[in-house]
Amino acid sequence: MIKKCLKAFYIGLILLLLYAPILLLAVYSFNSVNTIGTWGSFSFTHYIKLFTDEAILEMIGNTVVLAVSAAILSTILGTAGAMGIYYSRKKAKTLMNGANQIPIINAEIVTALALAITFVAVGLEKSFFTLLMGHMVICTPFVVLSVMPKLKQMDNSLYEAALDLGASPAKALFKVVLPQIVPGIVSGFMLAITLSLDDYIITSYTKPSTFNTISTYVYNATTKGNAHTAVTLSSFWALTTIIFVIILAVVLFANITGLKNKKKEAHE
Amino acid sequence: MSENASNCIIELKDVVKSFDDTLVIDHVSLSVRKGEFVTLLGPSGCGKTTTLRMIAGFDLPTSGQILLNGKDISLLPPNKRPVNTVFQRYALFPHLNVFDNIAFGLRMKRVVNTYRNPKGEEYTRTEKLTKAEIAAKVKKALEMVDLEGFEKREISTLSGGQQQRVAIARAIVNEPEILLLDEPLGALDLKMRKEMQIELKAMHRRLGITFIYVTHDQEEALTMSDTVVVMADGVVQQIGTPTDVYNEPANTFVADFIGESNIFSGTVTGKRKVRFCGKTFDCVDDFEKNEMVDVVVRPEDIVMCEPELGMLKGKVISVVFKGIHYEITVQVGRYEVVIQSTERREVGETIGMNIPAQEIHIMKRKYTSNIYDGVITKRNTVEFADGEFECDVTQLYPGSHLDEEEYLVTAQGEKIDLTGTEVTVEVGLEDISISDDAEAGGAQGHIISIIYKGDHYRVIVRTDESEEDFVFATDDLWNENDYVSVIIPKDKIKLTLKHTEEKAA
Repeated sequence: MIKKCLKAFYIGLILLLLYAPILLLAVYSFNSVNTIGTWGSFSFTHYIKLFTDEAILEMIGNTVVLAVSAAILSTILGTAGAMGIYYSRKKAKTLMNGANQIPIINAEIVTALALAITFVAVGLEKSFFTLLMGHMVICTPFVVLSVMPKLKQMDNSLYEAALDLGASPAKALFKVVLPQIVPGIVSGFMLAITLSLDDYIITSYTKPSTFNTISTYVYNATTKGNAHTAVTLSSFWALTTIIFVIILAVVLFANITGLKNKKKEAHE
Repeated sequence: MSENASNCIIELKDVVKSFDDTLVIDHVSLSVRKGEFVTLLGPSGCGKTTTLRMIAGFDLPTSGQILLNGKDISLLPPNKRPVNTVFQRYALFPHLNVFDNIAFGLRMKRVVNTYRNPKGEEYTRTEKLTKAEIAAKVKKALEMVDLEGFEKREISTLSGGQQQRVAIARAIVNEPEILLLDEPLGALDLKMRKEMQIELKAMHRRLGITFIYVTHDQEEALTMSDTVVVMADGVVQQIGTPTDVYNEPANTFVADFIGESNIFSGTVTGKRKVRFCGKTFDCVDDFEKNEMVDVVVRPEDIVMCEPELGMLKGKVISVVFKGIHYEITVQVGRYEVVIQSTERREVGETIGMNIPAQEIHIMKRKYTSNIYDGVITKRNTVEFADGEFECDVTQLYPGSHLDEEEYLVTAQGEKIDLTGTEVTVEVGLEDISISDDAEAGGAQGHIISIIYKGDHYRVIVRTDESEEDFVFATDDLWNENDYVSVIIPKDKIKLTLKHTEEKAA
């Protein structure tokens, strides 16, 4: 009995530590006052502000456009890369696999600085393009990593079987090989979106000064003594809450459909 | 030539294939007649699958030609060849159901249709097969493999045997000129395999197309084929009907690999006379007198009789019941003879044995001695076959001796430095021994073949680097793939100078 209680207490403590800060934010996002600690009354003020402030809306739009385009491009690049590596000879394979690990292990600040210097060196002015490149640099290796295991799981003779049945190499790739690795591609894409969405370091080093994503905006708002800091910040509580709810929904959906599929398979 | 071309559907001409310096197929030539059931048979790693893959187009020959109906297709990609393959592990597409798997090839297909426009002129159009055509063909293919009504099933829900049938249907639905089968029954259990063997054979008869079948199962090969191609080490050992390769094996490898056999070393003692196991037998093959030969006798061809009536006499040392027959091992002098018979004998019993002349099969000996190219080192040893051996260099110059500085002094008193001299090295089959201590001998390698010859084993050790073979006789039983070192006594290495005159000139 005591053991059971301790177990429950332990789990509860961990969950509390993990989620209390977010919950706190969520609660205060419905506060009518702009300071944490004093409760005015329940209101949607912050939410209304969030959806009316053009600067905030633009910055959210920027973040989403950047994340989606970086994820799409890195998924294409990473998938092609994984296939290239997979079908290479052994030496080239090890070499490229190693090269793929470096951006992952490397400290992000080093990658960011290196990118910034390179852009200056080749005379590229900071623009959406350089920012996009920066995000692709951090996303692509993860796509490669998530596609690779699916390729390894695939029966090698499937591609040959497709050729044997008269498919051209391109058709064999799209009709037979790709369908086998779709789960890896999807998880790579999701990973890329998440990485791009919350990246600050690479973004701040490669973005043009007038361009802001959520992370750079929040950072600027919290560090520099801006006039409307307090007001803006409070609308971020609302934004954070929305993001959290969306993620919660996505995770729940993924888990439930996953469970259903498993049940279906078991039935068959 | 034209007659040959019309009869022969596929022809391999002097095909060589190597992967990164490793020779896998060594000058293979082969021709397959239209409608034939040909089996490539051999142990794993013998090159049979690579040969099949080259016919399918997955691997390209390093040199040589592959002709299909007389046309060179050596470099044609697999999707352009009128050939379909049934893969070893089926390679069915897991994301498609049975219907879509079988229809895959049909959907890739383009046919040229001829139409007539209103003016009455004919024109052609390259088109896909219509949905109805595809459905009809798939249905027919499924009937062929007894899987009617399986169209909508997912691949993962099928049993091994059913997947096998889908794989066959997926290949034959394209009406290929040649069907290639790469150990298609390897994953099935014994009973299932026997059933599929019969079905495949029946299918071959019904379809009338050429089957090229790869297997390591000799029984399967003998049961199903019109022609068996026995391969070992990337080389074709024998091509013939199942009866031929069984009754008239071309060499000891074929005799040992196909069926059970007694293999003895023998000598031809006269016209149609051969001596082995200490007795002279009548036989039906003609060889030069005194030629050293290998003799093969199948266990079921030895006739047991009363001790005093037999050519051979011996004591039974083991009797094993095998279902249809007994396998009886008899000690005849220092030779062991294996007999298969429906009659039972007791261990310890003395029996006589006769071998009918037509059942004694004689083969030219492939190995009579080991010959290598060697080089003398500065230590007066000889390097060959990835190894270094001590030798007597004075045999190169009659009457010579070594002085105290280890220089060779000829009979004429001339001092010669032998370092770098190229020599031919000869070592007899009886003069090599091996040890599992890698440091004990001059060269190291893996055992690639062991054949029992009645009273001794003939072993072949192959070095790893330059793949030189040491062939020798030993009384000890080793295992294939053992890593051993090769020991040759100093006085058993026979050296001769290599084209010294040419070099001097």
